[in-house]
Amino acid sequence: MYKIGVMGDKDSVYGFSSVGLTVMPVDEPSEGIRLLKSVADDFAVIFITEKLASGMDAEIQKYRERTVPAIIPIPGVAGNTGVGMKNVSRSVEQAVGSDILAD
Amino acid sequence: MAVMHVNPTRMELTNLKRKLNTARRGHKLLKDKRDELMRRFMEMVRENKELRRRVEARVADANAHMAVARSVMSDTAIEAALMMPMQEMSVEVAEKNVMSVLIPQYRTEFRTEDNADIFPYSFASTSTDLDGAVEALSDILPDLMKLAEIEKSCQLMAAEIEKTRRRVNALEHVMIPQYEETIKFISMKLEENERGATTRIMKVKDMMLKQAHPQAY
Repeated sequence: MYKIGVMGDKDSVYGFSSVGLTVMPVDEPSEGIRLLKSVADDFAVIFITEKLASGMDAEIQKYRERTVPAIIPIPGVAGNTGVGMKNVSRSVEQAVGSDILAD
Repeated sequence: MAVMHVNPTRMELTNLKRKLNTARRGHKLLKDKRDELMRRFMEMVRENKELRRRVEARVADANAHMAVARSVMSDTAIEAALMMPMQEMSVEVAEKNVMSVLIPQYRTEFRTEDNADIFPYSFASTSTDLDGAVEALSDILPDLMKLAEIEKSCQLMAAEIEKTRRRVNALEHVMIPQYEETIKFISMKLEENERGATTRIMKVKDMMLKQAHPQAY
């Protein structure tokens, strides 16, 4: 049985605790990397704010080809930075060779 | 393309022909696998983009509610209200095999069935905007899980497609031509040996005839 987590700045993630997700307030990417390493095996899905995700992209890529955890960027209170969409485009690029669905 | 370092013998030739056959069959299978994976991937990635657009808009919406709540309530009050959640969500991960890619399927479970349990605080002491934010988040949760499932599947499939494409290309442009050329090289060498042997025999025959009937020449 896995848990579902949310990682990111406090303001963005606290709301999720009430709906039953495990919140992990993190501000610094370096801290996020450490935390991610230690909890990666307990979580099936980790939602991460785009702002934090862009700071620890290299670490997130390591989990790309593993079935668990799925690390999914979501917009935080700071707004939508497009990191999430870029992540999808990256999959297309990897599979096709170029981003043919870009718009 | 380089010819492999092998002895030009009949045994080697038979071996190579068998290997070439296997390579051709593998190439065809892998090509089919790549095409089918690609088709599914394109379907899924379109859905992924669509879903992500929708989810991102709704998360932004929930965040807006939260921002308003934050402006009318103090940070400590909000933290206190949300600190002890009643609801707990866990997820069972099943794996589904799609063209040898194991994609995850999530089945979520909640600790309590009661929908009202998403509000772990008393309504008297908190702003209604906090209720709005929590409710909005709870509403998008199924979509968020779906997004996670699809996005992970896309990532896994993309990796598999890349791998398969490499294998197809390696077979098509390296292995198969190499086998073909080596087979050609060996059969030519064997034919050459055969011709050499024929001429030698003819020559020997001539010499023997000359010995037997010296007057004829």
